[in-house]
Amino acid sequence: PALLLLVPGPGGASEITFELPDNAKQCFYEDITQGTKCTLEFQVITGGHYDVDCRLEDPDGNVLYKEMKKQYDSFTFTASKNGTYKFCFSNEFSTFTHKTVYFDFQVGEDPPLFPSENRVSALTQMESACVSIHEALKSVIDYQTHFRLREAQGRSRAEDLNTRVAYWSVGEALILLVVSIGQVFLLKSFFSDKRTTTTRVGS
Amino acid sequence: MTVLVSNRYGLPLLLGQLLALMGHGGAFYLEVRELEEKCFIQEIPDGTVVIGNYKTELYDPAMEKYQPSPQWINLFVFVKDPENKNLLARQYGPQGSFTFTSQSPGEHQICLHLESIRFALFYDGKLAIHLDMQLGEHTNDYAGFAAKDKLTQLHLRLQQLVEQVELIQKEQEYQRWREERFRQTSESTNQQVLWWSILQTLILVATGVWQMRHLKSFFKAKKLV
Repeated sequence: PALLLLVPGPGGASEITFELPDNAKQCFYEDITQGTKCTLEFQVITGGHYDVDCRLEDPDGNVLYKEMKKQYDSFTFTASKNGTYKFCFSNEFSTFTHKTVYFDFQVGEDPPLFPSENRVSALTQMESACVSIHEALKSVIDYQTHFRLREAQGRSRAEDLNTRVAYWSVGEALILLVVSIGQVFLLKSFFSDKRTTTTRVGS
Repeated sequence: MTVLVSNRYGLPLLLGQLLALMGHGGAFYLEVRELEEKCFIQEIPDGTVVIGNYKTELYDPAMEKYQPSPQWINLFVFVKDPENKNLLARQYGPQGSFTFTSQSPGEHQICLHLESIRFALFYDGKLAIHLDMQLGEHTNDYAGFAAKDKLTQLHLRLQQLVEQVELIQKEQEYQRWREERFRQTSESTNQQVLWWSILQTLILVATGVWQMRHLKSFFKAKKLV
């Protein structure tokens, strides 16, 4: 970690999908230098009501971002001091559904293609065009990721629905049969008793 | 996420990856105990190269900070493909990188845990795993290509763009496959709802008819009707 602090890191993004079991909390730590612009974005893909608690703290423990039961959110901040920033996802409010959470933590800018070049070096027109195409394609890829996540969420709901329909239908058919047949026999039993009592009274 | 169709230039040097991890701000770390398994999911098309750069550290309570792990802490990596087949099941040293290529599209599960291989003694303290997973285009070492094949900067930039576009194509292809599965699930639900509803209505009518007939004959026998 000391190494990461000393080198003014060129930055980068980490995107990870992980499983958060019920009643669990998962924390991630990252060393960030002062003045770096960071963005944390997360989305719940499967599980329950598709929501999670999220919390972001700076090295001194001050809470920079705290939201409960959110399905999706994006938070941008600039690091005010050097140190280890901590962000946690909590599923402690859920008793039996485990969740799959995706997050994307962007720290600073992406490293340049050629580490030796610096920002102020002159680029030819061709190279500038390449850089803008690269940035545009990056946003296309970003949109694709978001689309894929939403589709995964939708598909998870559809599969849930499918299993629920299957079980419920079988269950309901059985209940229907049992209740109908049971009703008849119960009714018959009323009349059988009454008949014996009336005969006893009669004689 | 980016996708590499075929790595024409061969995998980059391990040293390059390690240096990238050191100076690369995009690696987070998580705290674990020994033998505690942490799993991550990567939803990727087939033919994607995934490289995971990692570094493990031990928490030193005396100095109240993390120190690099000794050699007897090993990282166990298990990668399962969407059909639950093992793609990778290997033991690695306290720092380095692991890599695998997806054979089929879908959700791949990457599970990591740390274990001390020293006389089977259980380590009680906190450990940290620094992790940086890169896919496809990000796994290329462009500086290495430039040196090896003496390509101009412009050529390399265009190479990067070409690979990005290939990635987008791959992802869209994958999306079409997924959408088909989604449509199949929805249609199956639709069919189920239809047939079960019909079946239940038939059961309802049949039992209703049976009830009436049975009771009618019962009451006739009892001479109440």
